[in-house]
Amino acid sequence: MSAPRELPIATNGDVVVVRQQTRSLAAEIGLSLVDQTKIVTAASELARNALVHAGGGRVLIEVLEGGRRPGLRLVFTDEGPGIPDIEQALTEGWSTAGGLGLGLSGSRRLVDEFDLVSAPGEGTRVTVTKWAR
Amino acid sequence: MTVPAEAARRRIVDLFLSSEERLLQRWTQVSGASPDELRDLYQALRTALGSEDGDFADVRGLLAELSRARARQGHTPSDTARLVFSLKEALYEVAEADGGPEALRGFVWFSRLVDDLGLFTFETYSAAREKIILDQTEQLLELSTPVVKLWEGIVAVPLVGTLDSARTQVVMEKLLQTLVDTGSEHAVIDITGVPAVDTQVAQHLLKTVVAARLMGAECVISGIRPQIAHTIVTLGIEFGDIVTKASLADALSYALRRSGVEIAGAAKTRIAVRAERA
Amino acid sequence: MERVPILKLGDILIVSIQIDLDDQSVLALQEDLADMVVSSGARGVIIDITAVEIVDSFIGRMFSTIAAITRMLDAETVVVGMRPAVAITLVELGLSLGGVRTALNLEKGVAMLEHVRGAAG
Repeated sequence: MSAPRELPIATNGDVVVVRQQTRSLAAEIGLSLVDQTKIVTAASELARNALVHAGGGRVLIEVLEGGRRPGLRLVFTDEGPGIPDIEQALTEGWSTAGGLGLGLSGSRRLVDEFDLVSAPGEGTRVTVTKWAR
Repeated sequence: MTVPAEAARRRIVDLFLSSEERLLQRWTQVSGASPDELRDLYQALRTALGSEDGDFADVRGLLAELSRARARQGHTPSDTARLVFSLKEALYEVAEADGGPEALRGFVWFSRLVDDLGLFTFETYSAAREKIILDQTEQLLELSTPVVKLWEGIVAVPLVGTLDSARTQVVMEKLLQTLVDTGSEHAVIDITGVPAVDTQVAQHLLKTVVAARLMGAECVISGIRPQIAHTIVTLGIEFGDIVTKASLADALSYALRRSGVEIAGAAKTRIAVRAERA
Repeated sequence: MERVPILKLGDILIVSIQIDLDDQSVLALQEDLADMVVSSGARGVIIDITAVEIVDSFIGRMFSTIAAITRMLDAETVVVGMRPAVAITLVELGLSLGGVRTALNLEKGVAMLEHVRGAAG
């Protein structure tokens, strides 16, 4: 199995690298093509979120084994301004940076588990998990 | 009085290694298995116990094989596990005959080892079963979801039986892939044979229609039973501008018209001809 | 940053995306296309995404923006070759690509442009 890898998110190019790494690990653990596409798309949205809202951050990509099915977990962390109202941020169509507001709410629908921890001034941590079926 | 664990282990392993014939004979008696099967297992255990790093990979391999073979012969997994466990009874008699505290303490250690191996055969058995069930489920999915070509550029999926979320997803992915592979711009999803749909299944159907549209193809849903229409409306699911038709025939004729094929009214012509002759 | 090449065929511009697009390339493509529609007098734009493995909200929004911009410049845009997995993901993401025409493949995309123009006269 592969060790968890941590990638920086500081430039547009880094977002592409996050996508590629996520794709290769997702394929490695046997996610279906549709599930691969979903987790890679979620990774792209969340990496861009970190870049746009917090000026950058990092992601930890981890393969989960030992359960009945393998899974892929991505933890996005940034030291940005944080989210004052998480409920609102997860509402469909809510956006602060002129986007479509699909980043958080959309990514949540693309994964099996979604966890968001944030407070004003303390940055944001988003953890998403996709399990092989 | 306490006995150092290391000494106890060494004693029981020594006993195990030195009383091959006696053990095998008793083991065969207790378990009712064939002496050949047990001899192989004994040899593998002997090698594993004798090795420096206690490598039981060979023993496990042999047990997995034994478990599969016996399952094929119709033995239950409990039978196979009991066969392994019965080694304890055979060895206990040897340990008792020795009578020393090391031997008895060592026996406790050894019996834990045997328990693990016995449980391993059980795991192997259920893993094999699980795999068979999974394979069959997949085969069933494949079988139950044919995507058929109705006309050049028109494909259909006749869905039959209860739809669960997983099956609907598989069918829909297959349908979309068929659209790409055949270059078909029209698809009919016929649910005449579906007794009921729940919210999730209805959502999957909807999402497929939207996904097909994103790819540049049109979907028609046909054969919605009155009860299903009722459910969908009651559940408050918005079907929006999605085209629905009562029967597969209606859907086909709609798709044909949309793809520019004209259908001549054969039945009417015949009546007209008769009228003229009369 | 990599730039996506734009090909001209008659009065149609064809863009075939073969790279993993970063946001900068997306914005550049948007600008290049608008410039090229004006300078070439093209009446149609085809964006071929057969090779694209993911479309996220940023790329999806690019399609809508390009369609809207080219429409103002009197050219229709068709996105062709979207993979099933990409379409399913877009639906789940909640992106509807409003105002964007789509076709299964390049050939059908060209036919669609001809049809649209025929109807418009």
